[in-house]
Amino acid sequence: MKKFITLALIFSAFLAQAQAPTLKAGQPAPDFKLKNVDNKEVSFASYPDAKGFIVVFTCNTCPYAKAYEQRIIDLDKKFKPQGYPVIAINPNDPEASKADTFDKMQDLAKEKKYAFPYLFDKGQIVTDQYGAKHTPHLFVVSKTAKGTVVEYTGAIDNDPEGTKDEKTKYVEDVIASLKNNQKPAITETKEIGCTVKRKAKA
Amino acid sequence: MKEIKAFTIIVFLLLAFSLKSYSQQVKLINIDQLQERMKAGKDSTYVVNFWATWCAPCIKELPHFEKLGAEYKAEKLAVLLVSVDFKSKLTSAVVPFVKRKNLKNQVFLLNESNPQEYIDRIDPSWSGSIPATLFIKGDKRKFIESELTYEQLLTEYKKL
Repeated sequence: MKKFITLALIFSAFLAQAQAPTLKAGQPAPDFKLKNVDNKEVSFASYPDAKGFIVVFTCNTCPYAKAYEQRIIDLDKKFKPQGYPVIAINPNDPEASKADTFDKMQDLAKEKKYAFPYLFDKGQIVTDQYGAKHTPHLFVVSKTAKGTVVEYTGAIDNDPEGTKDEKTKYVEDVIASLKNNQKPAITETKEIGCTVKRKAKA
Repeated sequence: MKEIKAFTIIVFLLLAFSLKSYSQQVKLINIDQLQERMKAGKDSTYVVNFWATWCAPCIKELPHFEKLGAEYKAEKLAVLLVSVDFKSKLTSAVVPFVKRKNLKNQVFLLNESNPQEYIDRIDPSWSGSIPATLFIKGDKRKFIESELTYEQLLTEYKKL
């Protein structure tokens, strides 16, 4: 029996380690119901008038997330009125990353005056459904007749350090295409980032 | 005579001090130069670790790479530590970190600005999260995008 339990533990540790694949453009974007920093639950259904969403997995701690923070705020400011609000989700386990607890998320949202939800993903379920790998990791989602669909996954722009005069603003380009009823030219990009923090394996 | 003696002592002290505080230079390197470094280098196996001073799991595993590099130097193994810190952090963060940790493996700062291009050139399977490690021996290569224990690192090295 003991042996069986050990085996089961090893197996589940293996499963937990096996990384979920990242959603690609064209795949359904699963809805979720997660607790926001104001203690209310948020889902796609909370936005009946939205045309789509900018879902960004980001956190309190990662220097890349910090470098992109203002740009995330700006995306919401620009695109919420156009029907594409930002929904931020913290993918980190609060035990594995002590500065990413719900309390600390509330502090950050208040300090930076987030005008968009900043959601706590208990158990990292939504993180795994989307296959978010690092912070920040962004998904542009559109509402279609067939439900919510991923249109783009990856980076906000090609200038994490914020030093280039001419940036390629991937997310802005994607939303511009969607508004013209066109498919975005670039649907996947890559970016350096902090790995999603998980509890140490048993 | 006394003066000469005093002078000699000062010279010795200065020398000893400068030796003690010696730490390696951190050079900028782009992907072409990194590939060239591996092609033209005298070593036969390369373990290239991508890390950053802000990445906690990377810092945790760095001692494993130091240990591997030291223990298997005779087997023509070169461990290259390639930082993906922002270029503006070279003198303010990377150099002091290398000095503080007294890193013996060769350290570089990646001199590339377009992640779309360079991430795929290192390995198409790389999502971009760090730590990540590339193992190369002749035609054999393996890329691992996760933190490694010393045992895992050693196993991958031995498997090459």
